[in-house]
Amino acid sequence: MNAIPMSVTVNGEAHALTVPPHETLIECLRDRLGLLGVKKSCDVQVCGACTVLVDDRPVSACTVLAFEARGKHVRTIEGLAHGDDLHPVQEAFVEHGALQCGFCTPGMIMATVALLAENPSPTADEVKHYMRGNICRCTGYKRIVEAILAASERLATGPRTTDGG
Amino acid sequence: MAVDRLTVVGRSVPRLDAHDKVTGAARYVSDFILPGMAHAKLWRSPVPHARLLAVDGARAAAAPGVLAVCTADDLPVKRLAYGPAYKDQPILAREVVRYAGEPVVAVVADTPARADAALALIDVRYEELPAATNAEEAQAPGAPVIHTTLDRAGHFRDLDGLRPVAGTNVCQHYRYERGDLARAVAEADLVVDDVYRYPALSHHALEPHCAVARVDADGITVWSGTQHPFPVRKDLAEIFDVPLAHVQVVVPLIGGAFGGKCYTKIEPLAAALAARVRRPVRLALTLEESARTITRHSVVVRLRTAVRRDGTLLARECDVVLDTGAYADIGPRVATKAGSRAPGPYRIPCLRIDARCVYTNNVPAGAYRGYGVPQVTWASESQIDVIAERLGIDPFTLRERNLLKRGEEYVAGDTPLDGDMADGLGQAARAIGWGAPLTRNRGRGLACAMKDGGGTHAVSTAVVHINADGSVILLSGSVEVGQGARTALAQIAAETLGVPFEAVVVPAPDTSLTPYDHGTSASRSTTVMGLAVAAAAKDAREQLLALAAKLLDAPPSALTIREGKIAHGNRTLTLAEVISGHFGLVGGEVTGVGTFVPGEWSGSLGGATVFWETGMGAAEVEVDRETGEVHVRKYVSAADVGQAINPRECAAQDEGAAMQGIGPALFEARVGERGQLLNPGLIDYRVPTFADLPEALDSLLIENADGPGPFGAKGVGESGTFCAAPAIGNAVARAVGVRLTELPMTPERVWHALVSKGASP
Repeated sequence: MNAIPMSVTVNGEAHALTVPPHETLIECLRDRLGLLGVKKSCDVQVCGACTVLVDDRPVSACTVLAFEARGKHVRTIEGLAHGDDLHPVQEAFVEHGALQCGFCTPGMIMATVALLAENPSPTADEVKHYMRGNICRCTGYKRIVEAILAASERLATGPRTTDGG
Repeated sequence: MAVDRLTVVGRSVPRLDAHDKVTGAARYVSDFILPGMAHAKLWRSPVPHARLLAVDGARAAAAPGVLAVCTADDLPVKRLAYGPAYKDQPILAREVVRYAGEPVVAVVADTPARADAALALIDVRYEELPAATNAEEAQAPGAPVIHTTLDRAGHFRDLDGLRPVAGTNVCQHYRYERGDLARAVAEADLVVDDVYRYPALSHHALEPHCAVARVDADGITVWSGTQHPFPVRKDLAEIFDVPLAHVQVVVPLIGGAFGGKCYTKIEPLAAALAARVRRPVRLALTLEESARTITRHSVVVRLRTAVRRDGTLLARECDVVLDTGAYADIGPRVATKAGSRAPGPYRIPCLRIDARCVYTNNVPAGAYRGYGVPQVTWASESQIDVIAERLGIDPFTLRERNLLKRGEEYVAGDTPLDGDMADGLGQAARAIGWGAPLTRNRGRGLACAMKDGGGTHAVSTAVVHINADGSVILLSGSVEVGQGARTALAQIAAETLGVPFEAVVVPAPDTSLTPYDHGTSASRSTTVMGLAVAAAAKDAREQLLALAAKLLDAPPSALTIREGKIAHGNRTLTLAEVISGHFGLVGGEVTGVGTFVPGEWSGSLGGATVFWETGMGAAEVEVDRETGEVHVRKYVSAADVGQAINPRECAAQDEGAAMQGIGPALFEARVGERGQLLNPGLIDYRVPTFADLPEALDSLLIENADGPGPFGAKGVGESGTFCAAPAIGNAVARAVGVRLTELPMTPERVWHALVSKGASP
C-alpha cells in the first residue's frame, strides 16, 4: 500500500502529511496530530463522539479515511475557542450543565456548531432531530437541548464573534 | 435557616472539570501515551463453554511487530484468579472457557493494528461442553456445574456470609423470613401472584474499558478508569504477591461507568502483559468488548402478595433469580441487595424472600446503577398497581396507605427511614397532574422505591492541604465518572474551611498519594466521602485558627474564617499571612485529615444503613394502538437529597438516571441466543437518543437537610433509575388496559398485548 501525500488544514493550521490509504481520520487527528479531544467510542459511526467538521460539515472521524480530507479544512474541538475565550456553544454547555463524564461532549459541541451554522434558530424538535446521531449516556439530553437553544440565542443576539466556522 | 448562611454549598457553581471537557483538554485513560508503550489485543472464545485443548500462537508470534503471544500459562503472576466475592475469574482462561467472549490469548505488539492483525493467526483447539445459557437452564437437574469449587475472596466483610449451594450453579442464596406467611395468606381478601422479567443490559459508558500498565523496579503502576482504585490495588498486590505499597493505581477522568467499571476488570491482564514484555502496555477494549466484559443481571421475579380489602399489605413472598453469568463478579452482593429490596418501601408484617445468584455460561453480570433495585422494582411496583386495580383503590392512595413513614424501620435493627416518601410521591404525582382529565390513549403511572445507600462497611479518608499561599489541595479517592464528585467535594471543603470555591483543587485519585477510599459506588461519595472531607477540612480549620489565635493574641473561639480571611474584630489575616506568619516566609502548610469509619459515624441514625436513597417517579404516556408504540410525554422524578450540595448537578444526575430507566422500559435489552450475544455494539443495542427525550423531563429535589452527610446531604444518582419502568408500565395499563410483565415494552409486545386483549374501544 502506497502512502498518500496530502495537505490538509486542521484548526487553521496547514499540514503536509503522508498517510497510508487505510488510515482513518480519527487515527490521523489523534495519533499523528495529538488532537486527543476527538474521542473514540463506538467506532462504527453511531455515537457521534468523534464528530469533527470537514469543510464545516459534521463527519464521524472514525469512519472517514484521512486522505478524504485532502485539501480540506478540518475543525476539531481544540480549534473552537479563541485563546481563553470560549465559543458561545462551549459557554452554553458549561452554564447549562450540559455535560457529565464529558466523553461525548467534544463531538456533541462540534455537531451543535454544524447545526447552528445550518439553522441558526432551531426549535427544540429540530435540535432533537439534528442531534440524534450524537449519543450521551449521562445527561438524559435535556440540558444539552437547553444549552443548544441558549447558544443559538446568544449567537443571534450577542456581538458577532470571530467564529468563521 | 442555617442554609442561608452557606456560601458555597447549595449553589450551582460550575463544575471543576467543565472547562477542560468543553475544550477537549480533558484527559481520560484512553488518552494516555507512555514512552515505549505497546498495545494488547485479545483472542476471545467463540463458544460459551468448552475445554481448551491447545493454543498455537507460533504464527502470531512471528508476525511483524508482535512482542508476545500469551496464554494463561505465560503470565508472570503468582495467582491467576481474582474477583470481589469469589476468586473465580482467571485473568486469561485456563483449561476451560465459560462464556462466549472470554479472553483466552493476548497479543502484544508495537501498534494496535499489528496486535489486531496477529489475532487472526492464532489457532485454538477446543472441545465444546454443554452450556447453560440462562438461569432456568442452569438450575435444571443435570445442568453443567460451571464452578465446582469456590474460593472466597475475603475482601469485604459483608461477603463473608455468602451462602453458595454446593454442587449447583447457585453462588449465593439470600433468605429472609418474618411473620406467618400461611396465616397472612389465609386471612387476606386478595392474593396476587405474578412473574416479572427484566432483561440483561449493557452499560455502554461511552469510554470503553482501558488500562495502561507499567512494571518496573518501583513496582506496578496502572492507570485505569476504575471506580474502585483501592480494591484494584489489593487484587494486583495479591496477584503479583507484592506489598500494597508496590502497587500504584491512578484514575484520571472516566468516560462514564454506571457500575461497569466497579472492582477489578482488565487491570491484572494489562499489568501481567507489561511485566511479560518489560514495556508499558495499553489494553483498550472496544465498546463491543466492554459489553463482553460486564453486564447488568437479567432477573426473573416471582411475587405473591396478600392484601386486605382496604389495601393493607399483609404479606409478600419474593422469589428473585439473577443470571450472574460465568463469573460471580459482585453478583452475590447484587443478589442479596435485590432480594432485601424486593418487597418495596412498605410496611409489610410478613415476608419471605429467596434470592438466588446463578452462574450461567453468559457474560459476567455485576454492578449497574441501582444494584438490583431497578429489576425488583419493575416487579414490585407493577404489582402494587395490579392490586390497586383489583381492589378499586387509587394507586397513589394504596401506596400512601402502606409506605413506611419517617422513623419507621424497614428491617428491625437497621437505620429507620430518614425521609418522607409519601410526601415525595405526592410531589411527583402533583407534578404529573395526577387525577386531571386525559385524552384518549393517554395514561399516567406512579412508582416509588428505595435502597440502602452509602455502601456496606465502607471506609473513606480525605486529606486537606492548605498551602502557604492559602490555596487548598483536597486529596480524595472518589473518582470522577461524570457525577461531579470532585466539584461537590470541593464545595464541601471550601464551605467548611471558609475559603472561596476557586481556592480548592482536587487532583486525580492515586493510591500512592491519596488516602484510602473504599470506592465510588452506592451513591456514597457526597455523603460518606463528604463526611471525611468535612472532617479533614474541620481539622485543618482548627489548626489554622490555633495558629491565627497566637498571631492575633485572641482565643481561637473568637475568630471567624470567611472568604479565606481570618478575622478578629476588625483585624484580619489572610490564610497565607497565618501560615507564613507561623512558619516564617519559607513555606510550610497546614494538613487536615478526616476519616469516615462505618458505625462510628452513623450520626443520629445509629444503624448499619448510612442513608436511604429514595426515588419517586411519575409518567404520562400515550400509546399508539395501531403500532403499539409507547410515547413518554412527560416524566417526573423526585429525589430526596437531604441538602443539595450543587443543585444543578443533583438534578442533572437524577435526569440522566431517569433516562437510563426509560431506555430499558421501552427498548434497551441485550439479545442472546445459545450463549451468543447478538447485539454487542451500538448498531444493534439501542440506547436512548435525543429522539427519546420526553416532551417534559423534570427532576424534583426534596431538601429537608435530614441526611447524615455534610450539611444534611444524602446521596443521589441511582434513585432516578428505579421507577421509570414500572411508572411507565403502570401508565400504559391505565391508558389502554394492557399490562406487560416483561421488559422492554417494545411496540411489538404492546401491540400483541392489545391484539390478544381483543378489539377494544
